[in-house]
Amino acid sequence: MSKFDEPDYYKQDELLQIDTKPPKTSWMDTPVDFRKGTYIYPGKAKNLKVVDLPNPREWAVEDIDWSLPEDWQRIVLEGMADRLVKYRSFKVFMDTCVRCGACADKCHFFLGSGDPKNMPVLRAELLRSIYRKDFTAMGKIFGTMAGARPLTEDVIKEWFYYFFQCTECRRCSVFCPYGIDTAEITMIGRELIGLLGLYVNWVIEPVANCFRFGNHLAIQPHGLVDTLEFMADDIEDATGIKVDIPINKKGAEILFVTPSGDFVADPGIYTCMGYMLLFQELGIDYTWSTYASDGGNFGLFTSHEMMKRLNAKIYADAERLGVKWVLGGECGHMWRVIHQYMDTLNGPADFLEIPKSPITGTEFKHARSTKMIHLMEFVADLIRHDKLNLDKSRNDHINVTFHDSCNPARAMGIFEEPRYVIRNVCNNFHDMPENTIREQTFCCGGGAGLGTDENMEMRLRGGLPRGSAVRHVQDKYGVNQLAAMCAIDRATLVTVCDYWAPGVQVTGITELVANAMVFTGEKKRTHNLRLEPIPGMDIDDDDGMGAEEGASLDE
Amino acid sequence: MNILVALAAVAGLFVVGMLGGVLGLGWIFGVIIPSLALLLFVGGMVAKVMGWSKSAVPFRIPTSCGQQKSLNWIPHSRLENPHTPLQAAGRMVLEVLFFRSLLRNTRAELVDGRRLVYRTDHLLWLAGMLMHWSFLVIVIRHFRLMMNPVPGFVSFIEATDGFLEIGLPVVFITTLTFLLGVSILLYRRLTDPQVRYISLIGDYFPLFLLLGIGLSGVWMRHLDKVDIAGIKELMVGLFHFSPVVPDGISPVFYGHLFLVSMLLAYFPFSKLTHMAGVFLSPTRNMANNNRAVRHVNPWDYPVKVHTYEEYEDELREKMVGAGIPVDKPLEKE
Repeated sequence: MSKFDEPDYYKQDELLQIDTKPPKTSWMDTPVDFRKGTYIYPGKAKNLKVVDLPNPREWAVEDIDWSLPEDWQRIVLEGMADRLVKYRSFKVFMDTCVRCGACADKCHFFLGSGDPKNMPVLRAELLRSIYRKDFTAMGKIFGTMAGARPLTEDVIKEWFYYFFQCTECRRCSVFCPYGIDTAEITMIGRELIGLLGLYVNWVIEPVANCFRFGNHLAIQPHGLVDTLEFMADDIEDATGIKVDIPINKKGAEILFVTPSGDFVADPGIYTCMGYMLLFQELGIDYTWSTYASDGGNFGLFTSHEMMKRLNAKIYADAERLGVKWVLGGECGHMWRVIHQYMDTLNGPADFLEIPKSPITGTEFKHARSTKMIHLMEFVADLIRHDKLNLDKSRNDHINVTFHDSCNPARAMGIFEEPRYVIRNVCNNFHDMPENTIREQTFCCGGGAGLGTDENMEMRLRGGLPRGSAVRHVQDKYGVNQLAAMCAIDRATLVTVCDYWAPGVQVTGITELVANAMVFTGEKKRTHNLRLEPIPGMDIDDDDGMGAEEGASLDE
Repeated sequence: MNILVALAAVAGLFVVGMLGGVLGLGWIFGVIIPSLALLLFVGGMVAKVMGWSKSAVPFRIPTSCGQQKSLNWIPHSRLENPHTPLQAAGRMVLEVLFFRSLLRNTRAELVDGRRLVYRTDHLLWLAGMLMHWSFLVIVIRHFRLMMNPVPGFVSFIEATDGFLEIGLPVVFITTLTFLLGVSILLYRRLTDPQVRYISLIGDYFPLFLLLGIGLSGVWMRHLDKVDIAGIKELMVGLFHFSPVVPDGISPVFYGHLFLVSMLLAYFPFSKLTHMAGVFLSPTRNMANNNRAVRHVNPWDYPVKVHTYEEYEDELREKMVGAGIPVDKPLEKE
């Protein structure tokens, strides 16, 4: 018998009974239904203490009394006043919405749940109604008639529920005629309830870990060495190549930073193995850092200040190690932070040089200030200059589609680089329908700190639009793999695909690259990085893993 | 409920304006109130924009809707993902003049009980374009009543707008498209269950106000045939700061003018500020060149971080044990 935090607990037919009819009661008079499977557990006191967050205590979402600080209303309203001055986005977005509803059916959580408060416009109204009450003339005079409402504990509970039912994916912002970005609303909303000590543990534990150990998973330096060595062994089994593992190497040319999910989670580890193989083959002078052992930044899901605190280690270690520039692995929200925030938060990185490929000589001028480039920009350039020896046919058993991760898509616009790379390492590539990719891509349903299990129902519901699009290309083209350059995707989309499009596996792009690459001195490649036999490759019959279905031998 | 309150409010305001005319309060309803309303509009909008401008833009957060500028052989999408302020201005032009983002609108539908499909939905875009552009032309046309002599461009726009030459006086195209646009917006708000659920009085009120202004205008031009010379005398006087209030102006005019005054006065305190707000939206008006040009946060402050020294101090023994280089050697026992 499965439990509410497992996908099997939910019957597809029941989840698909999506009732989009709004309730009879007005949204202000409709309280939150804290149903198991839809919310995330509170942050534990010990984690809050590590990073000096307010009001650390043990509490439960089901409690009537959330033990807020005594003057909680004042704290929230002062917090709002402060942020209205600090963030023009917040202030303009509070004022300009016309409630045209263009955003309504653009949110994956609304599409999957039908809950009107998951319409971006209403998610913002949760906050806007309080803004009106205390910061606008109309709201002060006309109250409810002007869409204002008083700040009560129920409002706080509603905020907690719905701001952790938003993945800050920014899809609604693409469709809004004023560019109102719910990610901004949610970020500010989370900051405000954070002032009261309301966090979710799935965000705040990684934050505490990242602060102390440099990565979300609390992998200690010796643990990272073990992990990478373990991967090196698997790499040798698959390819016969022995890779070096440069760690905290002073004077290296390039610091490589990737999300820590790549170190431990299947299938992220295969992508990580791909990185190691790629760098080995290129012979570039790079280093891992144990101190900056996570490019991911759950501070983004906590507060702007926390984002800065966790991000600081990247430039700090780049400077300490004396590298020339920084290369970033396949991650989603990490790239939002790197691209849109890092230079402002912790720059300028005067001590670094403009990234320049040691192999092709290409100068990445678009990153001349931040001095950090995306691995797909780096690899696309290598392929363009014909610097990789690729045998695409090794991926012929794969029929791949590409999931644009929200942040690299809508907070960066890296659309063509990954597709160029995929097309050059796979013969079978099919994009999903156009309303579900590129700037219109759908979230996995588990970003921005929502990728835990206790909210499984919402994850499956939020994953429906993506799952439905994957199912479409699976049925139409026989797609059997989904590539994603995001560590959260590589964890959460496994669940989404297993549930909505069973039979489709999830992979990182560098895994596909490494599987297609012909390495100098490699042994006969019969197994991929997952150590699964590659169909069509010659395998000795006596090892019991004979070539599959109509395999033709190239050699 | 919200609908009725808004409708009653607009109807009530129109009656008040008419009464002003009937009771011969021409000075109050023809001069003082419109002047105050205009003052409130201009002052209110300036204050609003100043208020927004005073808020900082700590981060550069454009929403990228096209390919970034990176490698020079990958075509960059200049207007959907601008890399320079000029390109960002181009994006704003598309947004402000043509409602670019609304043109993307889709309607999601679950077909066969399990497949999500997205159909193009241009109704909102169309209604928005009809309403806003027609409104602009109508405002310009009204300059005829405020200026003496009538500027050439006003006559030109008027002639173009009336080129169908139907009816006497001629029916302007924008009269019809304006009423159509507002009606579609109202219809959508009433019939789409989601949009209706989120609609406040403040969403219906401006629509009824615009509808009231439009219909009373049609009434005056095509049904009542009001004393246009008297109206022009009043309006020209108003805009030349030498007000006169001629006798015999139809009460419908005072109703119309009162609704216009209410629209002006209401504007800065309502969602109608989106007119100016769209220009200040950081997700639209900034260039996505973050990695090329550093953006400075004006209120940036130092934060508490866990330094490498602290990190190494805690973990030095384990690092040395694992063969990881350290900055400070282990202390000998």
